[in-house]
Amino acid sequence: MGWLSLAIWTPIVFGVISLLLGREGQQNIVRWLALIGSLIGLAVTLPVIAGFRIGTATMQFVERHPWVERFNIHYHLGVDGLSMWFVPLTAFITVIVVIAAWEVITDRVHQYMGAFLILSGLMIGVFSSLDGILFYTFFEATLIPMYLIIGIWGGANKIYAAFKFFLYTLLGSLLTLIALIYLYNASGGSFDIATWHRLPLSMTAQSLIFFAFLAAFAVKVPMWPVHTWLPDVHVEAPTGGSAVLAAIMLKLGAYGFLRFSLPIAPDAAHHWAWLMITFSIIAVVYVGLVAMVQKDMKKLVAYSSVAHMGFVTLGFFIFNDLGMAGGIVQMIAHGFVSAAMFLSIGVLYDRVHSREISAYGGVVNKMPRFAAFALLFAMANCGLPGTAGFVGEWMVILAAVKFNFWVGLLSATALILGAAYTLWMYKRVYLGPVANHHVEELTDINGREFFIMALLAAATLYMGVYPKPFTDVMDASVANLLQHVAQSKLR
Amino acid sequence: MESFGWATLYPEILLLVAACVILLVDLRVTDTRRTLTYALTLLAIGAASVIAGMQALSGQTAYGFSNMVVNDPMGNWLKCFAGIAMMITLVYGRPYAADREMTRGGELFTLGMFSLLGMFVMISGNNFLVVYLGLELLTLSSYALVALRRDHGQSTEAAMKYFVLGAMASGFLLYGLSMLYGATGSLDIGQVIKAVSTGQIRHQVLVFGLVFIVAGLAFKLGVAPFHMWVPDVYQGAPTAVTLIIGGATKLAAFAMLMRLLVEGLLPLAFDWQQMLAVMAVVSLVIGNLAAIAQTNFKRLLAYSTISQMGFVLLGLMSGVVNGNASAAYNAYSSAMFYMVTYVLTTLASFGVILMLAREGFESEEISDLAGLGRRSPLGAAVLSVSMFSLAGLPPLVGFYAKLSVLQALITTGLSVYIAIAVFAVILSLIGAFYYIRIVKVMYFDASIQPVRVNAPTDVRVVLAVNGGLILLLGLLPSGLMKICADAIVKTLGS
Repeated sequence: MGWLSLAIWTPIVFGVISLLLGREGQQNIVRWLALIGSLIGLAVTLPVIAGFRIGTATMQFVERHPWVERFNIHYHLGVDGLSMWFVPLTAFITVIVVIAAWEVITDRVHQYMGAFLILSGLMIGVFSSLDGILFYTFFEATLIPMYLIIGIWGGANKIYAAFKFFLYTLLGSLLTLIALIYLYNASGGSFDIATWHRLPLSMTAQSLIFFAFLAAFAVKVPMWPVHTWLPDVHVEAPTGGSAVLAAIMLKLGAYGFLRFSLPIAPDAAHHWAWLMITFSIIAVVYVGLVAMVQKDMKKLVAYSSVAHMGFVTLGFFIFNDLGMAGGIVQMIAHGFVSAAMFLSIGVLYDRVHSREISAYGGVVNKMPRFAAFALLFAMANCGLPGTAGFVGEWMVILAAVKFNFWVGLLSATALILGAAYTLWMYKRVYLGPVANHHVEELTDINGREFFIMALLAAATLYMGVYPKPFTDVMDASVANLLQHVAQSKLR
Repeated sequence: MESFGWATLYPEILLLVAACVILLVDLRVTDTRRTLTYALTLLAIGAASVIAGMQALSGQTAYGFSNMVVNDPMGNWLKCFAGIAMMITLVYGRPYAADREMTRGGELFTLGMFSLLGMFVMISGNNFLVVYLGLELLTLSSYALVALRRDHGQSTEAAMKYFVLGAMASGFLLYGLSMLYGATGSLDIGQVIKAVSTGQIRHQVLVFGLVFIVAGLAFKLGVAPFHMWVPDVYQGAPTAVTLIIGGATKLAAFAMLMRLLVEGLLPLAFDWQQMLAVMAVVSLVIGNLAAIAQTNFKRLLAYSTISQMGFVLLGLMSGVVNGNASAAYNAYSSAMFYMVTYVLTTLASFGVILMLAREGFESEEISDLAGLGRRSPLGAAVLSVSMFSLAGLPPLVGFYAKLSVLQALITTGLSVYIAIAVFAVILSLIGAFYYIRIVKVMYFDASIQPVRVNAPTDVRVVLAVNGGLILLLGLLPSGLMKICADAIVKTLGS
């Protein structure tokens, strides 16, 4: 069993055990079990980072076994520079989420922890699948735990949000399934993604495939105009659910573009790039403006996520190495920053039980240590140099200016808009005099909360100051992908 | 002397003898829960399934009784699965039946065995009349089973509807068969296909008979527009009996479709595939749309069945493309895989309803499931697995069923079929809505019935295994796929 299999199955096994063991009254055992499981899950991803050979675009840590012979489906795993960092990132965020839920979740703890651990394994599976059906299986299976997480532990309007999440994402992925079967037939009976990369296809076929994939991935990213589910779901999801959703799940969609849409349908991708760039710019500018007027903190961060993911897709579809690498860096950075933003909101929500910006004011007076962390994360969210948020945005903007001045200009407004909505929220929530008796009663973060904030802060700063380990890993794969995409697959 | 070929009918003979013996033994049983009858019945059905399974493993095809019956891998596997399905049904159904005074006599068990015998005969039939005979034995037993709670208004009404519509369907079928007999001069399936293949017979006559046959089959299978009886009978029949109709019986119905349409009338595939296509699309629409509005869980499952049967038809109609039957094995084995896994999932979902039902409480409204996640973690888990599987989500077996059928459709390369595949996929999104609504009720809603669920150990164990199989076959579907593919290849190849 290879490291990738261990990274996938360790959390799943621990999740299943905690589902089976759990009884009311055994909550502490389950919590420790989940923590141990997530830590082992993180530990087994370390060899993947350590053993990853830089400077080659080939798949590494490959495992390949026949799975369903009749359809020639393989249990085929492997990572390259595009996907490698998401494996440890997912495991890391899972540890954070388990610790963050420690005292907060008291209802059905075993199911909560079980769902998150299983979800973690499934998402790692998505990032490391090299077989179409294996990818689809992991991609779809994530819906089940997420549906339950939102529906059981969510807020007042949780049912609506859970259904919206489930059906929205399912519609996209069902169309993808058709595309997968089409490719299976076109390639003479193979679900191997690498084979599909080499498969010549007509323009019509490529366009149809491109849009079928777009249906799944655009919803997941989410791109404007199919982003409307995200704010609703974020608002209702529990803190851990929001963190995982923003940090990892959105990346599944963006990753799908890299692994499927671009290399399988390169001509269609070039042909429709204008559309994708337009959508991305609208996400960056328009959704950024929408974020500005939000009254609900979680909604604000949700819209900011859409805007940030707009950068990612923009980077992918201007087809140069800086943009694509910038997009991937932005995905990783957004994983840290958005998780931190949602966990910060969770800290406040646990104490006051309100997400309204107007319910707060002057939090810094009562929670100085927390306010310091929150400031760091807010700065990272608006892309301050020296934080993780800056690197990816800067690379994408540079690439965009190179591609077209006006596209670059419009995308650069994100820095202004991001600063405006994030810092304005920060001012209203944290600064000023103590607003009401709820804020008056606030207590500063405890050791557990301090610990997770410190971990995320360290990650944010490290990536901002020294992004080389991240970019080095992806360089060769990005160059290889761009070279592949530049060649026409038309017959 | 030409041998009768007794071996071809061992499972049927065993069942017939056992049913008669158990009927007599039951006269001496005074226990109101019929433990002895129950044990003997399970033993007999188990033995018959084992024999069928062993015959299936041998992979041989044999004809017996002057070509009246055939013993081939497809039939044997279907018999084996139908027997297992019937055993599971009886395990789930016994506590339910005992609470409703349905076990004052042993009818549930003996009629169950006779209906199973009917299914076996249908599956083995190599002659129009034998198939019809099996069908009648099955349906007559089912009519009586539906009416088993004779002092219960709804059951009686359901039995009446089932009988009247069922008899009409049988009439249709028989009429169609007689047309074919007139045209080809034979009732033997092998002779019929030879006669039809010659192309000497007037196409008009054949198609005229075919229409009636397809209508009769559609009735029995419960696909739109011949689905009217399905919701009423599913809802009105005692749940244990609903499971007999909705479970094992579907396997026999599939065998009948294969025998009559594929083995008997494959040269007319162009004609019946069009009919199946229309029925499949209509079933998908009606089944999925009507299910949304249901508040009764059994009725919802009935509409869901209609749409799932639509999917089976999608598989069956992709066998022959432009007169080329090279994709036939793939298509028919995908349909068989779909049917087998569908029955497995149905058993689990009705099993949960049966487990929750208590004396004087049917537990058939969707709202009765509220808070099940706390009251019965096992039941809720098994039902969620079934619902997600019916919705076609991986890693559950329903996904591979849908994948196989969609693959068969898309492989045809016909743009109409690809359009139908896209359409089916979009409708299964609608289906997903009502399936996950059940999950929502179980896990998200607060409990109305604070009662904890008590179920006998045998029910709990079988239910856990049943739910586990849905997941296990979803993770490792290869074995069952191979069984279905081999069965179809060996049966049609000979």
